[in-house]
Amino acid sequence: MDWLTYLSFGDAGWGDELLQGLGVTLALALTTLPVGLLLGLLVAALVLFGARPARALALAFSTTLRGLPELLTLFIIYHGVGMGLNALLRWYNPAAGSLELSPFIAGVLALGLVFAAYSSEVWRGAWQALDGGQREAGQAMGLRRLTIFRVIELPQLLRLALPGLGNLWVNLLKDTALVSVIALSDLMRMANIAVGTTKKPFLFFLVVCLAYWLVCLLCECLLGRMERRANRGYRSGGAAA
Amino acid sequence: MMDILTRFSAQLLAGAGLTLQLTVIAALLACALALPLAIARCSERGLLRWPIRLFVSFFRGTPLLAQLFLVYYGSGQFRAELNQLGLWWFFRDPYYCALLTFVLNSTAYQVEILRGGLRAVPYGQIEAGVAMGLSRFNQYRTIILPNAYRIAFPALGNEIILLLKGSAVVSVITLFDVMGQTRRIFSQTFDLSVYLWAALLYLLMTSAFVWLWHRLELCLTRHQRVRQAPSTATSLASKRVSAGVSP
Repeated sequence: MDWLTYLSFGDAGWGDELLQGLGVTLALALTTLPVGLLLGLLVAALVLFGARPARALALAFSTTLRGLPELLTLFIIYHGVGMGLNALLRWYNPAAGSLELSPFIAGVLALGLVFAAYSSEVWRGAWQALDGGQREAGQAMGLRRLTIFRVIELPQLLRLALPGLGNLWVNLLKDTALVSVIALSDLMRMANIAVGTTKKPFLFFLVVCLAYWLVCLLCECLLGRMERRANRGYRSGGAAA
Repeated sequence: MMDILTRFSAQLLAGAGLTLQLTVIAALLACALALPLAIARCSERGLLRWPIRLFVSFFRGTPLLAQLFLVYYGSGQFRAELNQLGLWWFFRDPYYCALLTFVLNSTAYQVEILRGGLRAVPYGQIEAGVAMGLSRFNQYRTIILPNAYRIAFPALGNEIILLLKGSAVVSVITLFDVMGQTRRIFSQTFDLSVYLWAALLYLLMTSAFVWLWHRLELCLTRHQRVRQAPSTATSLASKRVSAGVSP
């Protein structure tokens, strides 16, 4: 069998399985993104505007999660939340059997927390770069805090945070590979299974690397366009921001 | 909870030893490799620039886990050839494979960081060096490199922390670093608290490193600091420094 046969679609090759895996990888990343973005924004808001205990808690959250390996966070969530759920279930109904936390949900939770921790720093930086006078102007016009956020702050925050968030998105895509360790059948794991059967590790892991690379390059291209669009009202050459 | 710590502290500490060892050796080797590559990357010649760009882009665009599998498991596909070359002992050992992967990965990131540092050196200073008749080598030694490293220093620190955290993936290829030991202990005891101790250990290592790096940075930038004047003239003093007058 030559290399192309291994990667062909159908029963003989692993092309369709790998593509399925890529789909799971992308689904995981795309599901995690909104969770992480919103949670990160919330943490940033708490750090900037929260009462003192809430601020301390939010800071501790982001510092801790940024200091832990993503793999460790993943295991803590996978086993910790799984055990917690089972304990809760037994307490509710002692006769209940144990249930397994799905790797996909564990992945979304763990990567979402990590993304939130990192993105809270990006959001915070963007928020601090906003001109405080605009907020005051909104208040002077009698707008509610939420309206000020929605109408005045958020559109500008998105522009300022976009480069940082784009980097985090690429990191998130790469971190999804870790979830294969807890048996989510993503691209990485599909390759592992293929290697187990075909004994062609170099071929399959190279293909996996190339797939991730391609997706990352496409995302970078897209993000560059988004940034240009977001900054279209500003002069280029450092005058933006 | 304490029970886990008293029973398994030796293993966890041994794991921390391996984690630190892998990180430090890989970071140092990558540092040595990154400098010439970064200089070549900044050079005018496209012939040198393109392969380096490709290398950097590949290692930054793929997951560390996939790179590790490519080196460790992937080399198995070429066992006969590697045996012939007398290199099989290297690729058979997960430790060397992890080290090689980390060196390549970290080099890619460090090249990118150093490139930014080299770009940010004020051109006037290099011009001044040329005017003083410094050789190309002496320009690098006395002007460009000290400046570039000072600018790149915080980013390099971040990269080493990422490497420290990323090194947890070696637990997947049967090495017993902190993560590996933790997974083994968990599979023996099913006690969640071991994860918390591991988390604490990682936080301890990263914060110790952050502290150390900050001290080093203060050391590197000591000439740029404004001496705290006893009077309220600090703002004035900083103005004078930025105007180039020694305070």
